[in-house]
Amino acid sequence: MNVWDTVFPYLLSGISVGGQYALIAIGYTMVYGILRLINFAHGDVFMVAGIVMVYIASSGLPIWVCIPLVLLITVFVGFLIERVAYKPLRSAPRMSVMISAIGVSYALQNLVLYVTGGLNKQYPTIPWISDTVVIGPAKTKLVTVITPILVIALVVALVLLINKTKIGMAMRAVSKDFETSQLMGIKINNVISATFIIGSFLAGVGSILYFTNYPTVIQTSGAMPGLKAFVAAVFGGIGSIPGAVIGAFIIGIMENIIKGLDVILFKAGIISGPMGLATFSDAFTFALLIVILIVKPTGLFGEKVTDKV
Amino acid sequence: MSNINDSVLRMEHITMQFGGVVAINDLSLEVRRGEIVALIGPNGAGKTTAFNCITGVYEPTNGVVYFQGKPIALNHPQGKMIRQYAGSEADRYKMLKPIVHTPDRITHMGIARTFQNIRLFSSQTAFENVLIGTHLRRTSNVFTATFRLNAREEKRNREKAEELLEIVGLKDEMNEKATSLPYGKQRRLEIARALATDPSLLLLDEPAAGMNPQETDELGSFIVDIKNRFKLTVFMIEHHMNLVMDISDRIYVLDFGKQIAEGTPEEIQKNPVVIAAYLGVDEE
Amino acid sequence: MKKKNNIGSYITLGVVILIYAAVFIAEQTIPSTSMLFTVLKKGATYALVAVSMNLLNGFTGIFSLGQAGFMLIGAYIYGIFTIPVSMRGQVYQYFDGGLVQFTLPIIIAMILGGLAAAFFAFLIGLPVLRLKSDYLAIATLGFAEIVRAIFQWNGLGPVTNGSNMLRSFPNFNDFNITDAQGNVTVYLSTLIPFIMSGICILIIVLLINSSYGRAFKAIRDDEVAAEAMGINLAHHKRLAFCISSFFAGVSGAMLAMYQTTVQAKSFTSAMTYEILLIVVIGGIGSVTGSVLSSFLFVACSEWWLRFLDEQQMIGDFQVPLLRNGFRLVVFSVIIMIVVLFFRRGIMGDRELWNLNFTGRRKNKGDGK
Repeated sequence: MNVWDTVFPYLLSGISVGGQYALIAIGYTMVYGILRLINFAHGDVFMVAGIVMVYIASSGLPIWVCIPLVLLITVFVGFLIERVAYKPLRSAPRMSVMISAIGVSYALQNLVLYVTGGLNKQYPTIPWISDTVVIGPAKTKLVTVITPILVIALVVALVLLINKTKIGMAMRAVSKDFETSQLMGIKINNVISATFIIGSFLAGVGSILYFTNYPTVIQTSGAMPGLKAFVAAVFGGIGSIPGAVIGAFIIGIMENIIKGLDVILFKAGIISGPMGLATFSDAFTFALLIVILIVKPTGLFGEKVTDKV
Repeated sequence: MSNINDSVLRMEHITMQFGGVVAINDLSLEVRRGEIVALIGPNGAGKTTAFNCITGVYEPTNGVVYFQGKPIALNHPQGKMIRQYAGSEADRYKMLKPIVHTPDRITHMGIARTFQNIRLFSSQTAFENVLIGTHLRRTSNVFTATFRLNAREEKRNREKAEELLEIVGLKDEMNEKATSLPYGKQRRLEIARALATDPSLLLLDEPAAGMNPQETDELGSFIVDIKNRFKLTVFMIEHHMNLVMDISDRIYVLDFGKQIAEGTPEEIQKNPVVIAAYLGVDEE
Repeated sequence: MKKKNNIGSYITLGVVILIYAAVFIAEQTIPSTSMLFTVLKKGATYALVAVSMNLLNGFTGIFSLGQAGFMLIGAYIYGIFTIPVSMRGQVYQYFDGGLVQFTLPIIIAMILGGLAAAFFAFLIGLPVLRLKSDYLAIATLGFAEIVRAIFQWNGLGPVTNGSNMLRSFPNFNDFNITDAQGNVTVYLSTLIPFIMSGICILIIVLLINSSYGRAFKAIRDDEVAAEAMGINLAHHKRLAFCISSFFAGVSGAMLAMYQTTVQAKSFTSAMTYEILLIVVIGGIGSVTGSVLSSFLFVACSEWWLRFLDEQQMIGDFQVPLLRNGFRLVVFSVIIMIVVLFFRRGIMGDRELWNLNFTGRRKNKGDGK
């Protein structure tokens, strides 16, 4: 068995996780682009989508009803969060909105804790995408293969939406200049709601894919993927959708390679025993974040913004 | 005032370019000890940018700023700017090592400033605003300050701040929130705060903006007064021509980033180029 | 003005002395198993970390979310250096008793914990403090996660015990004075954390009211103007960051004593969020507010709202909704209400010693 055979499964799951992060990251990057807000609750919206699926599926509805229903509820949750927690603070300092976002995140986690009793919930098995496939040296679920394809399709659709439709044009205008676009008669609240709806929809799709691979949901399930997706958004240049997607894939892949680093290095004969390097798979993401912020704070594709004195 | 010809501030071939926009083009000027010099010009002429180049807020793209004979800012086009550079005198400083100081270093050297759009510390009282100005001349460190081992210095600073407030006529309002003061008083407070840093050169950015004629007159004599009292040199940007003509020793006129005239108030008033520039962009 | 301030300070001093006396008396008279003492001990710990966070977020305007990381460092350093040598074989059972084979006095270990946190803050502060508000927040949050991973790594096991917990180090109960039979004669297990936390908070208050504190506030209000006043931004921000982290480290050591065990995986970003919410509820920019809300927060979450987690009967009627976790839901709702509608929190930016005790409306411009 050569080294490639060892690396390949990690690479594959890296691409898959990366795609799932990408779907969350788009929500972060779009909201940041428009409101200049790190929506700390976004990861929890993703988690809520997972929990909602658990409960809906347990009611016995067929899966082709469940999925749209879950997406619909997720979108509604995202919309509601914006209306309740962010809209009243439109003219408040940025720090207040960020604190509100943290508050929402705390509230969502506690609400789910209450509903589930703090227990790990088994995610339902979704037919077809949970099927096992064999690709080269790796055996995996079909979702691993579908994810990157679906991500690319969704991103293309999103980019078309932003560049070709009226609401997309409004979004671009608002992200360039909040005040002016308001003066130009753009209904800012509609644009912001649309942004949250799109972001939540993608997070909902992401959650279906993600929890098919990691099949338990608990109130804290959204925190880590959320943070990583945010890092991906920063890495790619916050505000840039392609940037967020590329960033997410890079982070997903690197993270999974590090998870398997002990095994890979061992197979390659570089180390003789386990080093416990997998502990650093999360830390790596954040180290990358700090390095990026220091070296190129605008990320891979970000635009430079200068402050006026 | 024996050495009236001592140069306090000298700008040499200063160009400030933002991307493709040349905000200041080849500006050279000099301010001598004990003078009040005004920098005037239509809106957008680059006056505040010039102040920002002196005080280290911006790094000039090209040129040197001297303060009391020592260069405090020196630069020549670098990196991408070499291609983009649209100003003049590009090669003059090529061989010299750039000098960059942060604004706080410049203030340490003895240049204090006020801001066009008042920037007081909003959560603090007038007194505390001035007191902050004394922080940079401290001899205490964070330990001695925390454990009150610098009581004597603290007392001295408080007295100084109080005295400054008295001089600018704000003693009665010293415990009021700075931003709750009327506009004219806020401007005076900014001057008091700047004076607390013990400057030898005071840069005033439109000190009379938003004042009524009477306040403006008072401000004029006030500026002359503090200049004499603290042995200052004053360099100011101002739009109120009466004030400028009354108290300035010399005037520089800027238009579209370029210096178009220099001279005494009488000379400037008669200068056809200046009149044209002002009539072209009628400012008040 | 000066006189009035003094009145405020004396009243504050009086209140604080009364509280300490009350704590001491309560501890001698009320059974030590009472929830009251749990709340007071944890509250004192949280008060310190909340004030340290307020120093940074409220007084200097640096939005940092690294608190949990710095607490972790403080807690571990304290634990590592105070576990009795005789216990090390047991605690470090997977690492042959560990590398460190000596113990330090409690106070020294706490200060060392603080210094270690401050040292890390210094290192991370060099690059990170240049970042703007939300980028800084996320970078410090990331830093805390990195610290967590490092301390869990089994490669450092001989020092940190890897992913296993540290225990058997002196805790608050060891401050009780016992007689020869081991019976407690004087209870000090609550008073001591109060004193520790009190001294640290006093130092922070002194700092805030010093020349440096004014400079910090100036930076918060307007960075450009502060710099024009000769305040070196990088230096002062780093100073505030290191000092805040020092006290976060000390409070981490206190948390270790309170919990009696330390495990890296419990110092999550959720913990930082909790502290941030305490600061917000108390009022960003008010030390008094942070202290008050710490005790309120802990009391509510550990004690007063506990009944929400259990089924309650009123006569024959079973109150709906009450079951495990409901407390936290109620709690979150309260927090959201504060965040959205009472943004100034309990105290706004006022302090106990600045409150007007005379009952008179503050006269404008009444000089000294």
